[in-house]
Amino acid sequence: MADISQTQAMTAATQTIHRHYQRLLATRRLYSLLALAGVLVVLVFALLFANDASSGKFIERLPYLFDFIKNFVPDDPFEIVRAMFDLPSPYADGSFKYDYEVGRHYLFGTGLYAPEYFYEMLVTLNIAFASTLIGGLFAFLFCFLAASNLGVARPLRWGIRRLLELMRAFPEIVLAGMMAAVLSLGPIAAIFAVSVHTVGALGKMFFEVVENADMKPDDGLRAVGANWFERVRFAIVPQVMPNFVSYFLLRTEINVRASTIIGAVGGGGIGEVFRQSIGRDHAAKTYAIVILLFLTIVAIDQLSGWLRRRLVGNAAFQFGA
Amino acid sequence: MSAITLSEQERHRLRRAHPEVFHRRPWQRWGGLLLVAGALGYLIYCWSFFDIGTKLGQGKWERAGIYMADWVSWEAQPRFRFQPDGSIAIEHQRFSPLGENPDPDWMTVLPDGRKQVTFGSADDRIEIATTDVVAVLDGVAYDIVFDGDAAVLPEDAPATMTEKNGRVTVSFGFAGSAEIRSTQVLVRRRFLGWENFWFDTTSPFWGMGLPAVWSSVTSSERIDPAQSNLSLAWNEFLTNSEWQHGDVFNKLAQTIVMAFVGTLFAALLAFPLAFIAARNVTNSKPANWMTKRLFDFTRSVDMLIWALVFTRGFGPGPLAGIAAIFVTDTGTFGKLYSEAIENIDDKQREGIRSVGASTVEVNRFGIVPQIAPVVISQTLYFWEANIRGATIIGAVGAGGIGLKLLEAMRTNQDWENVAYMVLLILCVVFVFDTISSALRSRLIGKSH
Repeated sequence: MADISQTQAMTAATQTIHRHYQRLLATRRLYSLLALAGVLVVLVFALLFANDASSGKFIERLPYLFDFIKNFVPDDPFEIVRAMFDLPSPYADGSFKYDYEVGRHYLFGTGLYAPEYFYEMLVTLNIAFASTLIGGLFAFLFCFLAASNLGVARPLRWGIRRLLELMRAFPEIVLAGMMAAVLSLGPIAAIFAVSVHTVGALGKMFFEVVENADMKPDDGLRAVGANWFERVRFAIVPQVMPNFVSYFLLRTEINVRASTIIGAVGGGGIGEVFRQSIGRDHAAKTYAIVILLFLTIVAIDQLSGWLRRRLVGNAAFQFGA
Repeated sequence: MSAITLSEQERHRLRRAHPEVFHRRPWQRWGGLLLVAGALGYLIYCWSFFDIGTKLGQGKWERAGIYMADWVSWEAQPRFRFQPDGSIAIEHQRFSPLGENPDPDWMTVLPDGRKQVTFGSADDRIEIATTDVVAVLDGVAYDIVFDGDAAVLPEDAPATMTEKNGRVTVSFGFAGSAEIRSTQVLVRRRFLGWENFWFDTTSPFWGMGLPAVWSSVTSSERIDPAQSNLSLAWNEFLTNSEWQHGDVFNKLAQTIVMAFVGTLFAALLAFPLAFIAARNVTNSKPANWMTKRLFDFTRSVDMLIWALVFTRGFGPGPLAGIAAIFVTDTGTFGKLYSEAIENIDDKQREGIRSVGASTVEVNRFGIVPQIAPVVISQTLYFWEANIRGATIIGAVGAGGIGLKLLEAMRTNQDWENVAYMVLLILCVVFVFDTISSALRSRLIGKSH
């Protein structure tokens, strides 16, 4: 690109402007450079710190890093299938590594059974769906009180918003631990923890949707003398419902992952069996679980994506966590 | 307001003109109700699937109150043992928060030799002798005598005094309780606050008020000749055996580092990959497809799986957490960035191309300014979310404060430590929320 200053004679005024522009540009570049340098310095210190804090130092460990993957070779590929469907293994030696049949969940006292990992996956999915439903319900109730455009008293609105923030930021693991102290570890603690977080996260997204709603239907209903509940029910809810459902489905995807993780720290379900099998070097079982988990998550994501596209079109494809 | 009256004709006309309002399809009419009913049915199924009713019934709800009280209060448990020679020996629990040789002002010896313990006010106390124990509740005295091996509940005892297996328990509400047996009296005395928060009982600064610590820090007379009082106080604070401030700060820093480094590296790798994945930039179907499937794979294999895999690979510690966040978020960012690139307005690129810019320049000036707001806001958003997420993957061994939280909760003894860590985590989350929204509004304007 040709430089304009070379082709056109500049007046004194344009020269001043040009000089100022150059100076501003230089300052801006300097600031960007300084910010970049700052981030780099922080990054180097952070990496050194993380390396020191880890039990295996990164550089020394690097050559052995993927050794554990070499140990993680199943005896033959069909072992993975056998582990997944709880079929007897030809390598069975009485150890926990090959005791696939033990985990069967027999149905109705017949020979029919649900394989262990499918059953555990069902537990995790039920945790996820139940807590999304419970969390979604409370988020729905709270969001209208937290929105600033529905004439809710300011102190109440402030209180609800702080409550939602607290529920969102409170570490899930502590919520689960508090429940576990009373009820012992298990799915109820997981449902409680994920539900509370869901109320906070969905509540925030819901009230932002409500605040962006068109207020003309509300004005219309107010003009014919509708009370607060009628206005919310007939003016706001129909507008926001597609977005609510879209966020709800997104939350379902996230909660499937969250309940897997919380399962691994004691909530039960597929996360727990996964942590055990990878900890004990049970290769076939680990692969079976990873495959099952991966397929389930992909299936849920696809299904919810398809539903969301049908409901609100491509527009509502933002992410949220 | 006056009511509107419609004639029969008008009604017909309205019905005909707006059939979609008056004749709705069954699905439109009942769909919402059906969905609600389905959700309710599902919740009932879950109730029985997880056997929630039974488990709630089996819960140790009476302990829940104690655990909650432990968040903000602490307990001293002196034991008054009756010796054969008629004297009373006072034993404290191991690692008593009262220190080695406690002489708290709520434990006194009366002129007649009885040991007295007060619970908050002078009207709530017990007086202990080997022959009998006098419990004073709201100023009314009850004499508890011993019959052989059993303590006997007085006739007129109020509901706060109970007897079980020859042991009489006197409850003073929040302030504590006393369990009276024929051989000993076990006192539980509860106080509001976090005990020994600054210095533990073995520290030279223990028991000093803030002004006393300050004056000792500023005075030149050294407690430990090897170091100044200020550094001694700081070390004593960090190595506080009960609160472990140093370790907590270290683990919290690990969590922040995990989120920061993991997110930053993920963004740095995902950014160029997103240009390969976007079909309007890279005109090669296989390259687009491969990169997009790579994103899908790393995103859909859960962060938990990556965390456990890398914990096995790197050993427990923040490196495993960094790697897990990095791999998962590379997929997420890649998907988000490439979608943003595919949705850009193509006119800017055409304009830049028409003045003869190279491919790099076209992308730099034609695409980057358009996607920058999305990239920056999503990256900051996930940075925030990862600080929360790093807490929990830490619990499976990936480093950070998660494991420490889990350990503190396992024993059911250290709920005050859990409260302390939760408070710190909430502060960190709040601070980083503020930083990230400040950065966001500075970098891309208020509207996002």
